[in-house]
Amino acid sequence: MTLYLLCLLLFCLGIYCVLRKRNIIKIIVGLIISEYAVNLFFILIGYRMQGRSPIFDQKADILNMVDPLPQALVLTSIVIGVASMALLIAIAMRIYEKYGTFDITQIKELRG
Amino acid sequence: MIQEKHKGMSLIVKTITRLTVGFIILYGIYIISHGHVSPGGGFAGGVIIALSFIHLMLAYGKEETLKRLPHNAASILESIGALLFLMIAVLGFTGGSFFLNFIPKGEPFRLFSAGIIPLCNVAISFKVSAGLFAIFVALVLLKLDTEKKE
Amino acid sequence: MLGLHILLVLMIIGAIIAIEVKDLLSSVVAVGAVGLCLSIVFLILKAPDVAITQLVVEILALIILIRATLKKDLPFSTSGRWLVNTFITGAFIVVLMVIAAKCFQDLPKFGYPDMRVARTYLSEGMAKTGATNIVAAVILDFRAFDTLGEATVLFAAVISVLAVVRRVGRKKEGQQEEEEEY
Repeated sequence: MTLYLLCLLLFCLGIYCVLRKRNIIKIIVGLIISEYAVNLFFILIGYRMQGRSPIFDQKADILNMVDPLPQALVLTSIVIGVASMALLIAIAMRIYEKYGTFDITQIKELRG
Repeated sequence: MIQEKHKGMSLIVKTITRLTVGFIILYGIYIISHGHVSPGGGFAGGVIIALSFIHLMLAYGKEETLKRLPHNAASILESIGALLFLMIAVLGFTGGSFFLNFIPKGEPFRLFSAGIIPLCNVAISFKVSAGLFAIFVALVLLKLDTEKKE
Repeated sequence: MLGLHILLVLMIIGAIIAIEVKDLLSSVVAVGAVGLCLSIVFLILKAPDVAITQLVVEILALIILIRATLKKDLPFSTSGRWLVNTFITGAFIVVLMVIAAKCFQDLPKFGYPDMRVARTYLSEGMAKTGATNIVAAVILDFRAFDTLGEATVLFAAVISVLAVVRRVGRKKEGQQEEEEEY
């Protein structure tokens, strides 16, 4: 239970950074932190006390394994996360090239 | 590094890179090919192979690396990975359904076992490594061009 | 489980440093520290596949972020509505935390998951697929459609990055002609 709350605190830190900061790089940093927290939460849910990793062995014959399903989902989520982060970085660098700043309040012409 | 971008980093870095890049690629291939019997798989191995090329690019500069793996080749390799994965999926129709494991399973704990899973790992590693390398090259070229203008 | 708590607190401290520090490069490096701690946490939670992937992906993300932030300035602006903005953000986060903490009561207790689906995978996975790594069996055999969707998303991301970065209609001199190809 405490672990869940700490994980939620990490997520809220990321949300705070996204909502409150003005630098585009800081906003991307906040998104990355939130993504870490969500991945961690998935793995925390699937953990089993005194479990072992979901890989069979020839010698050991224990069946007390942790949940493999969240691990599979998180494995794909991590790679997607880095690809979308690269897309955000590319857009941020184009904005820097055009306006000469990372500050979102200085970008006057960025209208819908 | 920024001032002498055509020459890359110093001699020490270049020598160490030349010695270690082969081992990094070999480790990536090991991670990919043993993905179904031990931790690892197509995602991690693909990122390791992409990192080896990025390592080469950081040490030697972009010309040397793009001579070995051109940018267009990276895009084509990524498409080949995607098509290979889809082709394995469609070949499952020979047994009756999409993504069917149509190759004999073999006995567990061996390298050649588990049907289509190693083939899918290879396809995914192609896709991930070529895709991430293409993204990195695109960002680096944009950055160099921006600094040239200033 | 004490080590897990310590690592999580370390991650939270790293996140606070990454959010509040003024220098962009220090912020990015702090995010790298958070990601490496996360990799160790995955290893403790018996997820070696995810730990390996997180480690290598973190290094790649760090390289990309550092290339993006080198030699860039940090805007230092404070607008007039600082108090209102902070109050609204804080109120939103407090409401979110209270609701989520209430929802945590209904989750299964930590360490005793409700493995209704995974039990089948664990008991029949090796006989059905022949793979001893159950995570690989799940992502490439039982749930291969997820991986196909992931491949589509990755392809779309690569195409969008190339589309954002390429320069069309900006030919100035012959010097930039060679850059037009990709």
